[in-house]
Amino acid sequence: MKGIAELIHTGTVSYKTRKEKPPVKVENEMSLRLPALSRNEGVCRALVAAFVAQADPTIEELADIRCAVSEAFTNATVHAYREKNGLVYIAVRLFSDRHVTITVRDSGCGITDVKQARQPLFTTDKSGDRSGMGFSVMESFTDRLTVVSHPGSGTRVTMVKYLA
Amino acid sequence: MAFGADATMEYRDAVLAVSISGEIDHHTARSVRDAIDKGIYLYRPLCVRLDLSRVSFMDSSGLGLILGRVATAEKVGASVELLHVSPRILRILNMAGALRVPGLRLITEKGETHV
Repeated sequence: MKGIAELIHTGTVSYKTRKEKPPVKVENEMSLRLPALSRNEGVCRALVAAFVAQADPTIEELADIRCAVSEAFTNATVHAYREKNGLVYIAVRLFSDRHVTITVRDSGCGITDVKQARQPLFTTDKSGDRSGMGFSVMESFTDRLTVVSHPGSGTRVTMVKYLA
Repeated sequence: MAFGADATMEYRDAVLAVSISGEIDHHTARSVRDAIDKGIYLYRPLCVRLDLSRVSFMDSSGLGLILGRVATAEKVGASVELLHVSPRILRILNMAGALRVPGLRLITEKGETHV
């Protein structure tokens, strides 16, 4: 009987129709724990940039990452801990398909309304010096931004950047 | 300072020329803010010219720094000009609609005023 059996036999139909991609692995990762001090904003940028450099990013990609990380760390210092003592955990992962994930986590006060917080120009800062653009900058300079937060439980920001 | 920022100022012909260098983040913006505000209140210029050519890094804290200075300048009746704004900084400014703020002008390389 003609049909599928004959087609498979003659090799004109491949039953493996899905393109198989090699599994994506973590090639390298870094874990940082820094006190939520404003002077560590520069330290954090430098450490993350130094680590990501091994993946040979372009100048633009590295600058994007430095800026996004700076915003996330600043959020933890200014908002999560309201400039009091606290720790910020930063995890950076380099994947075999050349994407980078950066997670910035704190155990501070948490965000009541994440959707509202992510709106451009929105800020809970009373002193009037914050532009309210932190999340907007993070979103603009990375390929995917995820924010998970609960009041009283802290905040976790995950940024994904696909390197060329 | 490794990741610091610095502001040098010169007052001449009713213009307070400020050159900011280094990395502007939430931490470094504080001292730069205070220095510029001091200059604005001391000299009461007609124009505050911020030269950003030597800024190696700026995040949204720099945005707050610039807009906050526009507010201070307004108190003494001065306007603010931005010079040598890199494409990256311009992108951040546009995100917040900063260039639509009255009292703030962007001076491009050709010397034209970009609005």
